[in-house]
Amino acid sequence: MSEEQIKNLEAEFEARIARDEKIEPKDWMPEKYRKTHIRQISQHAHSEIVGMLPEGNWITRAPSLRRKVALLAKVQDEAGHGLYLYSACETLGISREELYEQLHTGKAKYSSIFNYPTVTWADIGAIGWLVDGAAIINQVPLCNTSFGPYARAMVRVCKEESFHQRQGFEIMIKLAEGSPEQKEMAQDALNRWWWPSLMMFGPTDAESVHTEQSMKWKLKRKTNDELRQQFIDQTVPQAELIGLTVPDPDLKWNEEKGGYDFGAIDWDEFWQVVKGHGPCNKERMNARVGAWERGAWVREAAMTYAEKQENRKVSKAV
Amino acid sequence: MKKNWPLWEVFVRSKNGLEHRHFGSLHAADTEMAIQNARDVYTRRNEGVSIWVVESKHISASNPEESGELFEPAKDKVYRHPTFYNLPDEVKHM
Repeated sequence: MSEEQIKNLEAEFEARIARDEKIEPKDWMPEKYRKTHIRQISQHAHSEIVGMLPEGNWITRAPSLRRKVALLAKVQDEAGHGLYLYSACETLGISREELYEQLHTGKAKYSSIFNYPTVTWADIGAIGWLVDGAAIINQVPLCNTSFGPYARAMVRVCKEESFHQRQGFEIMIKLAEGSPEQKEMAQDALNRWWWPSLMMFGPTDAESVHTEQSMKWKLKRKTNDELRQQFIDQTVPQAELIGLTVPDPDLKWNEEKGGYDFGAIDWDEFWQVVKGHGPCNKERMNARVGAWERGAWVREAAMTYAEKQENRKVSKAV
Repeated sequence: MKKNWPLWEVFVRSKNGLEHRHFGSLHAADTEMAIQNARDVYTRRNEGVSIWVVESKHISASNPEESGELFEPAKDKVYRHPTFYNLPDEVKHM
């Protein structure tokens, strides 16, 4: 194809997205669109999969059967979300094997939030409330993104996500209403998860390199800073309602802008964790790769069994 | 030799009276596992009463580049729609 032709195709492609038409896997797309989507969808899938690890840590120690079934169902949902997203990503012409390979070798990233430890039961509450809360704000606009399979996966994910946040907030309510020690445990979890949750929206707009292109392709409908502000404005009153204190001395309602002003985010910490120096980066990858390797014989046995059954059918037919 | 589990397409009937609709895809070693995995991945909240799975390689799809030839001829056949035909206002129930 000549350069001229590609330019025309690209112009037509951008126009389709501007008209709110969806792009489907077999449609022509610019190579950059394909690559960007593989990167974003796979990162998203990896985050769901790695996200099971910090919570899985508490399944056997949940304080009641009610909490345990809820947490089990939530972790199972995260696995489901990862699988919806992996298959959406595979429609772009990358195999599941390659995607796992990228995760396991560290070539692909996942959300940094999962590199923090879950040291008390209250962390499960804080994750549902704050981390899933932030994820919902990030994900809802993606239900209208331009790539059809991604948008459809996100619709399903968003439907299931609100139970996650509620179960987390309910844990926090109960602890906050409990003994002084329990309330202290809830406050401690909020203290540790608040700032990393704010970082989930990514670097400030001034530092964010992909924003403009992502806006055009509807991978983003609002900027990182706008989403972060939305999260703070909706979460602070929830903390107040249950008598917990958001750990930010600079937090103050700003009547004029109709939102909260907040303190400086420690971006050095953010980049340290992204680069692999967070408290649990190694532990998470070891757990993930270990599970994958220990499961290898099961996957092989299942495949061998399937082939044997297939051959038996064929030889019977002959 | 290592062989990966093939890809399957999943179709779910949400309730009797409705058609099976494409829900997504997944990997599985055989049909039985594909149905079980589809149950766990796509119907955790009563989304279905029946599941079809088919290995993705068995699906043939039309090529978007040929959409013009395939679908445009239908566009100018307005006489296939009832609104093409003029009726006097007095005619009811037609």
